[in-house]
Amino acid sequence: MSTHDWPLWEVFVRSRRGLSHTHAGSLHAPDAEMALRNARDLYTRRSEGISIWVVPSSAISASSPDEKDSFFDPAADKPYRHPTFYEIPEGVKHL
Amino acid sequence: MTGVTATATAAAGTDASYQAVFDAAVAADERIEPRDWMPEEYRSSLVRQMAQHAHSEIIGMQPEANWITRAPSLRRKAILMAKVQDEAGHGLYLYSAAETLGTGRDELLDKLHSGRQKYSSIFNYPTLTWADVGAIGWLVDGAAITNQVPLCRCSYGPYARAMVRICKEESFHQRQGYELLLALSKGTPEQHAMAQDAVDRWWWPSLMMFGPPDDESAHSAQSMTWKIKRHSNDELRQRFVDIAVGQAEGLGLSLPDPDLRWNEERGHHDFGAIDWTEFWEVLKGNGPCNEQRLTQRRRAHEEGAWVRDAAAAYATKQQTRRARDAHEAQQAHPTQETHHAQPARQAHANGEATA
Amino acid sequence: MTATVPAQAALALGDDALVLSHRLGEWAGHAPVLEEEVALANIALDLLGQARLLLSQVGDEDELAYLREERAFRNLQLVEQPNGDFAHTIARQLYFSTYQDLMYGELASGDGEFAPVAAKAVKEVDYHRDHAEQWTLRLGDGTEESHGRMQRACEALWRFTGEMFQPVPGVDLDWAGLEARWTASVTSVLGRATLTVPEGPRTGAWAAGAGRQGLHTEPFGRMLAEMQHLHRSHPGASW
Repeated sequence: MSTHDWPLWEVFVRSRRGLSHTHAGSLHAPDAEMALRNARDLYTRRSEGISIWVVPSSAISASSPDEKDSFFDPAADKPYRHPTFYEIPEGVKHL
Repeated sequence: MTGVTATATAAAGTDASYQAVFDAAVAADERIEPRDWMPEEYRSSLVRQMAQHAHSEIIGMQPEANWITRAPSLRRKAILMAKVQDEAGHGLYLYSAAETLGTGRDELLDKLHSGRQKYSSIFNYPTLTWADVGAIGWLVDGAAITNQVPLCRCSYGPYARAMVRICKEESFHQRQGYELLLALSKGTPEQHAMAQDAVDRWWWPSLMMFGPPDDESAHSAQSMTWKIKRHSNDELRQRFVDIAVGQAEGLGLSLPDPDLRWNEERGHHDFGAIDWTEFWEVLKGNGPCNEQRLTQRRRAHEEGAWVRDAAAAYATKQQTRRARDAHEAQQAHPTQETHHAQPARQAHANGEATA
Repeated sequence: MTATVPAQAALALGDDALVLSHRLGEWAGHAPVLEEEVALANIALDLLGQARLLLSQVGDEDELAYLREERAFRNLQLVEQPNGDFAHTIARQLYFSTYQDLMYGELASGDGEFAPVAAKAVKEVDYHRDHAEQWTLRLGDGTEESHGRMQRACEALWRFTGEMFQPVPGVDLDWAGLEARWTASVTSVLGRATLTVPEGPRTGAWAAGAGRQGLHTEPFGRMLAEMQHLHRSHPGASW
């Protein structure tokens, strides 16, 4: 294969104001400018977005599924971070 | 598990526990995500299926694109262009999904071009008249949707998500085909005949799209265990026939099967025997258009090589220029923070990518 | 929209869009990379939408598209030129979308009959122009091969560019200003793309005129034969 394969980009689309950008998918492009344009053509051709980010896939660092336990399980035993942990007398409002 | 590969068994100590986690996730209807451990065969089976699906989308552009330049009204022309464009888009979504498992698009295209990976055999049939565009929309897309809707719940996350997007977008594909045929069927006698002829030619190949009967299907059983597939070939084929019969009546067109009739006992339509010899022959490469489709695909790819190379070369030059500019700026104002010569739309590094 | 749009002018602008859309539609299944299949189809669909909007103000869009003879079409010869390689398609896009963008930009800011159409079209065309410029830069300043192809394409199509600035009766524009701005823009893009602005004549030497007078090039007849054949084979049929 050619050594000129275009790199892969991850595409994030903001569907409307007030929402954050959400991962939409990926595509190939030679550079960021073309990646943005390709993303516009591919992921917003049915008016799905008002703003786009593109990120080289190689620039993303991801947590490893193998570390899932140490990364995410410790959060599970801290119920006091959630409002439902606290008992409030009935009738008290706006709390 | 029937065929855990040598590499997988070699590290048996941990793999057994990984396997248990994987099996439990699939059993609980959870999604498997790209970085999760998965059996090698699950991975290769998925890559094969997603690649074949992606290839089908882009080869499938050809029979319909064949009519873009001859579409008989501007409205139909716009619809057809949008549909063929969607197919390119769907190919892209699916290649992306396949790439999450570590096989690049170039490698997959290479396998398509060299005949090592297949695409749906249905696209090896020619589109001889304008009505074929309608028949493809109604029958071929109809069969594809029957196959694809369950894939939205496929156990592999990226594939399932791609299918959700595709199914949403494809909802117009089948309707436009049906509407096109209806206009012909209700049109002049010549138009009606054109529509009937197209349905006669596309009906049986459409039934073959669901693949060989369950007892002859090489990959079906394993795919169902892994929840890549949710229903058997015969189940889906029956579902399609049952739906199509009423739709054909609505069109005022007949289906070319003398044995097609309602079976009260089964609660389904019985239908005639499918010519599996034709199916296997087309699959082997002896269909009417196999050679033509692959040749056009290869040619587009080869003739596009200089364009892809040019864009890559330009990107490299620009990178070098930016680095040089930055270096020079640094030399000129060593105390100042470097300002890269970046395009206006480039994001600033301030957390959210917005400037 | 009122029916006051001058018919000949609407035909000229509508035919440009119709014919170029058709040519771009020929790329379907042949583009150099999948992402570009999607991009070219987007442009073709925008243009087809513009054509339908303009033609339907003159009469029945399908009658106009499918039942007129070659000599009755008023499009520029530039847009009917065959696709050639990707460089030719991009050069044609660069010349035409720059023209369309400048023209619709001016019309949209005015209060003439074309202002509403232009206001919708200019957003689309803006993007077409950007697409053409991006590719001109990449092909011109890419590899040796792409540079050569792009230079040849720019030269081959150059002689169809003069016709663009013939005033179209009914389109109220500063035509000389349009030409000056077009030349400045194209010169700048070609320069950044390390390409040379062609020097040859910008029109064919024929007093009879060109596309705006209904005089076309030989490939156009074949294009129309293909485009109109099915529609004409079934007179009066609905599709």
